[in-house]
Amino acid sequence: MAGKPSESLGRVAYVNARLVDPASGLDAPGALLTEGEVIADFGAGLFAEGVPEGIKVVDCGGHCLIPGLVDIRVQLREPGDEHKGTLASGGRAATAGGITTMVCLPNTNPVIDDMSVVEFIARRARLLGLTKVYCYGAVTKGLEGRALAEMGMLAEAGAVAFTDGVKAVGDAQVMRRALSYAGTYRLLIVQHPEESSLAEDGAMNAGETATRLGLQGIPRAAEIIIVERDIRLVEMTGGRIHFAHVSTAEAIEAVGRAKARGLNVTCDTAPPYFALNETAVGDYRTFAKLSPPLRAEADRQAVVDGLKNGTIDAIASDHAPHDEDAKRLPFAQAACGGIGLETLLPVSLEFYQNGQMSLTDVLRLLTCAPADVLGLRAGRLEKGLPADLTLFDPDRAWKVVADDLLSKSKNSPFDGRPVQGRVLRTVVDGRAVYGREG
Amino acid sequence: MIDGASDTVQFAHRHLLGIEGLSPDDITLLLDRSESYVEQNRQIDKKKSVLRGRTIINLFFEASTRTRTSFELAGKRLGSDVINMSVSTSSIKKGETLIDTAMTLNAMHPDVLVLRHPDAGAAKLLSEKVNCAVINAGDGSHEHPTQALLDALTIRRRRGRLQGLMVAICGDIVHSRVARSNIHLLNTMGARVRLIAPRTLIPEGVERLGVEVFHDMRQGLEDCDIVMMLRLQIERMHGNFFPSIREYFHFFGLDYEKLASAKPDALIMHPGPMNRGVEIDSEVADDFGRSAIREQVEMGVAVRMACLELLTLNQPEAEQRNL
Repeated sequence: MAGKPSESLGRVAYVNARLVDPASGLDAPGALLTEGEVIADFGAGLFAEGVPEGIKVVDCGGHCLIPGLVDIRVQLREPGDEHKGTLASGGRAATAGGITTMVCLPNTNPVIDDMSVVEFIARRARLLGLTKVYCYGAVTKGLEGRALAEMGMLAEAGAVAFTDGVKAVGDAQVMRRALSYAGTYRLLIVQHPEESSLAEDGAMNAGETATRLGLQGIPRAAEIIIVERDIRLVEMTGGRIHFAHVSTAEAIEAVGRAKARGLNVTCDTAPPYFALNETAVGDYRTFAKLSPPLRAEADRQAVVDGLKNGTIDAIASDHAPHDEDAKRLPFAQAACGGIGLETLLPVSLEFYQNGQMSLTDVLRLLTCAPADVLGLRAGRLEKGLPADLTLFDPDRAWKVVADDLLSKSKNSPFDGRPVQGRVLRTVVDGRAVYGREG
Repeated sequence: MIDGASDTVQFAHRHLLGIEGLSPDDITLLLDRSESYVEQNRQIDKKKSVLRGRTIINLFFEASTRTRTSFELAGKRLGSDVINMSVSTSSIKKGETLIDTAMTLNAMHPDVLVLRHPDAGAAKLLSEKVNCAVINAGDGSHEHPTQALLDALTIRRRRGRLQGLMVAICGDIVHSRVARSNIHLLNTMGARVRLIAPRTLIPEGVERLGVEVFHDMRQGLEDCDIVMMLRLQIERMHGNFFPSIREYFHFFGLDYEKLASAKPDALIMHPGPMNRGVEIDSEVADDFGRSAIREQVEMGVAVRMACLELLTLNQPEAEQRNL
């Protein structure tokens, strides 16, 4: 699967496709031509007279050909925690999930707070030739929440935005300076919205279920407080913020109000927060131990509404691989997080299957919308753009079996879930990097 | 000319606490008077007797080399007696003790108190408690009027005017009294002021003082006649305002590459002390063709002579003072 020189790619015609491009609103039968690494042409009338000689033909069988998915929140664990996942294992899982661009968190070892780590990841990912990998730089050195990291130089090295990963920037003065300093270079800060002093002792959402299970709760307010605080800081500094994986009604409301006031505030959520609720914890299932924790049904419903009305800008997988040692523990001691690269598309497609959203609207949340949050040149069908494409059958039913997933770690909160929507082929820079027979 | 002219000039203020509030005429008077001392300071005999019999006390609550020396020389060259009092900040308490010290000194009948203090407003407070003239030699992040005057004198001598010039002030604006005094002076005299710094080093609402703010050196320096660099005042920073010296220098340190955006003959200035490799590249700092940094120091003595002279001449006769 390693990348080959572009000269050998030639021209490839994807015919008999249902072209869906959420950015332009296109949803029509047609064909697409790639030349080398880029999209050369596409449209309903393309190859109506047949495909000329010398062009390789891929019959899409009437399935959906879309811009490859853009996943703006993944943990790849390399460098530092290769026993949980690697750029290669994450890359393979991503291609199987139809993801052609992903952005990894800086909570590696060493932390991505130095230009050399940005360059290391870029080089390794390029050599692998799988899904494209961009990275976030750290907001603070060592993710310690105190001294600012070299955001200006990290951005020059290629970091697309800045976050302390699975930790919030907790100190208000540090966050103020971070937003202000990042604003110098028009950089985006991505916040994990959680007041750690309220959350650190908790294991799941505070409430009846936590009480019955005898687990310490994480109050919803832990999220709401940081979202509301940071919106004030954005207003004060003129900075830009994006809240990752929002999970509570009030946090979403706060983002909606901030947007209405014209502030530079965006947010995303992840499939567990609209497809599951705290009952998934059931009998101490550690695969359902996530951060933020799965919330009660009313919050899940608020996340669904936020996605439908546009308050939530994008869906990200929040892929967080953990080996068995980190999960086969008493619930309170187990690590937080679940894998999500291979379930991102089918779980999101439930909105389409159950009639809550059009196919275009669901796909927008997975392609051009997340790309726009980070200003990435991806997630849309456009002549001259890199040929990053996903072919999938939106109706194909399958069952998530964690052990069958390509991810190195198998901690999926969706294990056993029947889903619809199967990726058939994934193309990165004109090269097929994933194909499923039959 | 020097001694004779003093009868005809009148400075309209009792103290020099800041540039804010001075009129273009006030500033022009101070600069014209300073100009006359530049030549005198280049003579072998530098001593005059304009302030003979007067007492000047330098009261410094912060470390200082150039400013204190400059005031001391200025006072001595005018024939006055100069006393230096350096008070280390660690050994005094603020507020009450400042006033106590001032009252003690006041009882010794000085004619001018020159105060440097780490807190904004200290010179104003002192001026309300003593009978003599007070010159602010730097109060916290508020003002440093003689620095702005010596900068203006340097520019005026090099460019012949202040009116219409484009001046960029770059670096740690938020903590800088030099920047504030210069903003007031340059605006009063019709120059245009730009501030260039990362957002964390730009104080809130500074646009209201009549400046344009830039966060990119190349953009900000475009078409500038004068480039003033400021030192990063690490000692005044609580928490961090920027990630590292190397990142700061990369984006905001003045080197030839960034300087190329300014006018080809743009003058480089720095109030000192310089941190080479932090806010300014050594090559640029030492470029005698472009850099006026040493000239600024020279102008400092002349400017302080003019300030001491004009303020003392302006004083009521000793017997009318509340003695």
